[in-house]
Amino acid sequence: MTTVLTPTAGVDEATRSASSLRQFLHGLPGVDQVGAEERAATLSTRSIKTTAKAYAIDLAIAMIDLTTLEGADTHGKVRALCAKAQRPDPADPSCPSVAAVCVYPDMVPVARAALDGGAVKVASVATAFPSGRAALDIKLADTRDAVEAGADEIDMVIDRGAFLSGHYQQVFDEIVAVQQACSGAHLKVILETGELATYDNVRRASWLAMLAGADVIKTSTGKISPAATLPVTMVMLEAVRDFRDSTGRQVGVKAAGGIRTAKDAIRHLVLVNETAGADWLDPERFRIGASSLLNDLLMQRTKLVTGRYSGPDYFTLD
Amino acid sequence: MPFDYAPAPESRAIVDLDSSYGLFIGGEFVESEGGRTFKSVSPATEEVLAEVTEASADDVDRAVKAARRAFTETWAPMPGAERAKYLFRIARMVQERSRELAVLESLDNGKPIRESRDVDVPQAAANFFYYAGWADKLGHAGYGNDPQPLGVAGQVIPWNFPLLMLAWKIAPALAGGNTVVLKPAETTSLTALAFADICRQAELPAGVVNILTGAGETGRALVEHPDVDKVAFTGSTEVGKAIARGIAGSRKSVTLELGGKAANVVFDDAPLDQAVEGIVNGIFFNQGHVCCAGSRLLVQESVYDEVLSRLKRRMATLRVGDPLDKNTDVGAINSAEQLAKIRELSAVGESEGAQRWAPSCQLPERGYWFPPTVFTGVSQAHRIAREEIFGPVLSVLTFRTPAEAVEKANNTPYGLSAGVWTEKGSRILWMADRLRAGVVWANTFNRFDPASPFGGYKESGYGREGGRHGLAAYLRRSDR
Repeated sequence: MTTVLTPTAGVDEATRSASSLRQFLHGLPGVDQVGAEERAATLSTRSIKTTAKAYAIDLAIAMIDLTTLEGADTHGKVRALCAKAQRPDPADPSCPSVAAVCVYPDMVPVARAALDGGAVKVASVATAFPSGRAALDIKLADTRDAVEAGADEIDMVIDRGAFLSGHYQQVFDEIVAVQQACSGAHLKVILETGELATYDNVRRASWLAMLAGADVIKTSTGKISPAATLPVTMVMLEAVRDFRDSTGRQVGVKAAGGIRTAKDAIRHLVLVNETAGADWLDPERFRIGASSLLNDLLMQRTKLVTGRYSGPDYFTLD
Repeated sequence: MPFDYAPAPESRAIVDLDSSYGLFIGGEFVESEGGRTFKSVSPATEEVLAEVTEASADDVDRAVKAARRAFTETWAPMPGAERAKYLFRIARMVQERSRELAVLESLDNGKPIRESRDVDVPQAAANFFYYAGWADKLGHAGYGNDPQPLGVAGQVIPWNFPLLMLAWKIAPALAGGNTVVLKPAETTSLTALAFADICRQAELPAGVVNILTGAGETGRALVEHPDVDKVAFTGSTEVGKAIARGIAGSRKSVTLELGGKAANVVFDDAPLDQAVEGIVNGIFFNQGHVCCAGSRLLVQESVYDEVLSRLKRRMATLRVGDPLDKNTDVGAINSAEQLAKIRELSAVGESEGAQRWAPSCQLPERGYWFPPTVFTGVSQAHRIAREEIFGPVLSVLTFRTPAEAVEKANNTPYGLSAGVWTEKGSRILWMADRLRAGVVWANTFNRFDPASPFGGYKESGYGREGGRHGLAAYLRRSDR
């Protein structure tokens, strides 16, 4: 009979050597694809209405990492995004601000200046985002550059090539090195689940990132499809829940890419609520990386307050 | 701040209930001849929904005569392709009226609207679609080139899946050219009466389907009626045995789908999160009112603590309450009588030394309710490990080796279903070969498909329903 290293059993020894890390990750319980997708689909039938909907919409807004990651980004575009992040609905001061603005490293100074004094954080992608195909010292320089420019949070990508070829220790060491380069900035580790392909891999990569010191594990870059699907987010939520049970440390989750409507966002919050639990219903513990989502949330929010849908012209485009 | 889901009730306005219902005989609703009436109650609120007729022996005779006439004059001589048209039409009407049927089912039975909406009604429609497809292809079903219908079928169904069990019974019978007299359970008559209306709307020839509401006496009169050719029963093993005795020595053919005490076997290499979902689905789906429910959990000892802690955490998230609320996971117990039985067996479990646990959940004050419950420290000798509780009560046992798992799983007078949870394909096949159960689910539980046969070993009954095999119960093999 095979011995199964359960998370609770082997977590201390897991990071001692490359082989113990490998053994630990391969000893995690498997994920049955059919069952996981069925569970996520069932949870997506939850009907969130009236007061619950109002609560969920405001929470979702407060969890957004408002993102622009385009080659065409300009200072003007980033400043507009920062204004929107602080006051998503200029007509309604009761509307919460988003959690953070997420940009490329060279735009960090612009965002920092635009957001200074406010509660909205500056997040920067780094480590040769989105592919991660660069030498380690370049990735680390990229990270330090963003932190020195004033980023509060760093969104790094893992080396998917190394992960898929089984070089877990290499991925682990890289995350540890980036975390040191962060010098205190919050580290989100992007797994790019669309390239990992299986839920077993998503679970292993989640544990690998958490063991290496991730503050948050993040689904996707947004540049690869599929990005944040409900079952993927669910598997990652199971991982942070089990990791806290084993180690006492609470790691956050960020679902990024493909969440465009209030309905999608609320489905994710239901997943958080019923998988990881209420402790994760907090912008410090769960984030949604998105851009167009915010306006749909604002439209639904206005609809709840006024009873009518307003046209898209009443919401700012950035 | 917790994320409290606001009430999200499905509107019951779509259901148009009459204050009282007659019997559906010969294509129309008629008054009973000498029968009494009884009340159909919503188990979630104890509200009286409607007065229903308890069909008398005379009514049974009238219905069987109507079915006989329809059999000889219309339905059996009709080409299969024509019968198929009616069945397809019924299937489409079940779909068209799906919201009404789902609300009615949840009102009358107590099951959550999520289940009636997503399982019962779509599956009922799927069964009619499936058997409609067979009606003109019976010569290719493996029962000879020209298999013949048996005649008039007397069908008695249970209260746990009222409309779905009706579909399981009526669809293959009609596809094969038989006519039917069906008696729904006394606590859940309303969707069968709505189905009678669908038959009328579909202009099904008079007498092909007859619906007689009533209790045990009506059922007995039906299965013992001398002009019934075929008896089909789904329900308790006790009643099933009585039926088998009652028709012994007669020319009637019979299929029985009876009780179960299924083992759900979790190995240490199982996908644990999905296994926990499967355990929950296995026993708390439909309040555990499922003959194939995974009511005996067999866990490998090396993962026992982990499975139990995950299971309890998951059970604490189950939402128990108003069946019409779209977010309800566990609804009401179907009747006061069933609730008393669940309470009695649970008390026996405690007195025999098993440890009882249920998450804290607020149960409504009116109606029939029982919290999702798990018993640990259960041994094979305990009554809660042997007898069918037919409620949301799980008994947990452990095993050390695959051989011990098989031995314990098979150590029951029943043999309807079983579940196996492991990531190892070879072990799934090894287990499936050895488990004496009609259905063995691997890494899933309570999955149904109209194309897949269902039925039991041992005291879980005989005959198969569903799939090509289900036609055998309604056809006489031809030698040609």
